[in-house]
Amino acid sequence: MSVRINLVRRAQDLPREELFMPGHGLCAGCTASTIVRHLLKIAGRNTIVVNATGCVEVSTTMYPYTSWKVPWIHVAFENAAAVASGVESAIRVLKKKGVIDPSKEIKVIVLAGDGGTYDIGFQALSGMLERGHKIMYVLYDNEAYMNTGIQRSGSTPAHAWTTTTPIGKVMRGKPQVKKPIGEIVAAHRIPYVATTNVAHFIDMDNKFIKGLQAEGPSFIHVLQPCTAGWKFDPRLGIKLARLATQTAMWINWEYDHGEFRVTVRVPKRKHVRHYLKPQGRFKGLTEEEIEEIQKLVNSEVERINKMVGEEVIGPLAEE
Amino acid sequence: MERSMLRVKQKRVALNSNHAVAYAVRDVDVDVIAAYPITPQTTIMEKLSEMVANGEIDAELIHVESEHSALSAVVGASAAGARVFTATSSQGLELMHEVLHIASGMRLPIVMAVPTRALSAPISIWNDYSDLMNTRDTSWITLIASTAQEVYDSIIQAYMVAEDPRVLLPVMVAYDGFLMSHTYEPLNIPEDPTAIRELVPRRDRITLDIDKPVTMGTITDPRWYYEIKYQQVKAMQNASLVLKETSKTLHEVLGRKYEPVEGYKMDDAEVAILTYGGLFGTVQEAVDIIRDKGLDIGAIRLRQWRPFPSEELTHLMHDIDTIIVIDRAISYGASIQGPVALEVYPIAARMGVHVFSVIAGIGQRTVLEKDIMGIVNKVLDYLDQGVIPLRSIYWGVRGGE
Repeated sequence: MSVRINLVRRAQDLPREELFMPGHGLCAGCTASTIVRHLLKIAGRNTIVVNATGCVEVSTTMYPYTSWKVPWIHVAFENAAAVASGVESAIRVLKKKGVIDPSKEIKVIVLAGDGGTYDIGFQALSGMLERGHKIMYVLYDNEAYMNTGIQRSGSTPAHAWTTTTPIGKVMRGKPQVKKPIGEIVAAHRIPYVATTNVAHFIDMDNKFIKGLQAEGPSFIHVLQPCTAGWKFDPRLGIKLARLATQTAMWINWEYDHGEFRVTVRVPKRKHVRHYLKPQGRFKGLTEEEIEEIQKLVNSEVERINKMVGEEVIGPLAEE
Repeated sequence: MERSMLRVKQKRVALNSNHAVAYAVRDVDVDVIAAYPITPQTTIMEKLSEMVANGEIDAELIHVESEHSALSAVVGASAAGARVFTATSSQGLELMHEVLHIASGMRLPIVMAVPTRALSAPISIWNDYSDLMNTRDTSWITLIASTAQEVYDSIIQAYMVAEDPRVLLPVMVAYDGFLMSHTYEPLNIPEDPTAIRELVPRRDRITLDIDKPVTMGTITDPRWYYEIKYQQVKAMQNASLVLKETSKTLHEVLGRKYEPVEGYKMDDAEVAILTYGGLFGTVQEAVDIIRDKGLDIGAIRLRQWRPFPSEELTHLMHDIDTIIVIDRAISYGASIQGPVALEVYPIAARMGVHVFSVIAGIGQRTVLEKDIMGIVNKVLDYLDQGVIPLRSIYWGVRGGE
């Protein structure tokens, strides 16, 4: 069973109403605000957002101001999924008791970064998924603890510089590879899991739609280039996100009721260097180290193609 | 005459304190419950699960994966407008600690039962009040009950106080783990919970309402943070008044009267023993025995730990020379190491009353009447020598003084 109702085909299909207001304190060129703006356009007014501690939370709610035109709550770093479980359960029982109008459809969305999802919030997330709450969990992944000043997380890719994984003489950025959170979430056998990318916003928006229509928990993992932490020119955020897909450093896929599909095909791949070079966090890597990253990508592409059963991500095309 | 008109019809039942909690939660028509198993709390959740399974409570029960998530889930549910309940003990209360502060800071009327238990390490599933005393500065209203009847009544009162618009703070109802949580006692509960529901009508408060969107749990800089915390100070002050009012209402409806501090044979007492929880029963017995031997002694039970009833305690202590405070928790390295003794000290100092801090019952080391008598004898020895030690007396421990 897959849901294909009122999908977005072009930007003009999106509602004009803005529910995420300007005047917030996110960095110039931050792609998180683009994600949130699209998310709320898709979700609409009848939405409650539960935000984990992180960049979006601190930058959009400086008391007495707020950027949110929908009910919004932040409790702590590691518990957004648990808080949302409570919100969703409350709505269900209050509708039953007639305290809330039962005809109202109220969507519950968690918004959390990679630290709040991969690491400190992982237990609460797993609990929420296992219990089957009807909540869409949106992970904006900037691949490090950006809010506290760029420390490595379980999401930081191999060899990336962070303040806690410097590229030094002995240690060469993060020694471990990025944790496959999307597949770990999918292993909970929830109705809908997807990875997407802010540069492919039609893909992203349609995944929000599908996630919100799922009959149980859904999980949307969005790559979110971070100008401050990845160290690139603020105008390059969307371009970098696109390069992530073009190099297959990032693959947009979905598990729709167990059915795996790559939603953005890449007939010919670019070399990872095109993605790595504009970013200060990979500055100072040797050619060998860049090749090492390329090999990691090659084997991941091979694995994904095998899963799909055809070459959805094409071969490396040298220019 | 008028009072008996108001009084509800009740039935006599035998319950342990954990089950008394479950019945009270049922009777207030709670909406969302979230909890995680831990000894000695577990039987509360088991009873509530049974009630939900049998349709006796119309509530959502969230089987969370930790106590941290238990409190987080009820924070979310309460913010969404639900009446909520959770319960825990010991390590579970420690795991919740971060969210305890957030629940009160967000001014959510959450009610939690805490059958108290010692803390690791070494691991001990038995009773003392180390877990509860660690929550001292979390801005939760805290009641310590001493009978299963009082546990039932206190849960009802907790909702009346927490949801009062002048208060809007979470409430903990604590009592002795095992010694009370698993001990059956006779008590009266209303035949028809409708009367209880009338005591706790649904009231409007700010919630996550899609028609009136609000931003809850914002970041707040030095320009505003202090004012918001000061509002909590005022709310805690208001809680004293609302506790008094609701005690009066409960007295009218249920016929049982609770004071923030309760005196026993205090009218002519020169020496008083102050304690809390189930130990008060033992202390009362000991007071009777000691009185027979000719000492004018009385006892005080602290029911209201937060807000601390300074005024009422001052009134009770008016005619005494000496107060012995028996704590079942240790504030390691403090000037005197009994947490409640530390709170009694400034009041006693103002009145010129001697304070003796006694630590006993740690990890459920048994405290009998003869122990209370021993403690009193030791204090009398000190008084004879004219010595008031500025440290606690550790009673009943091998190698202790």
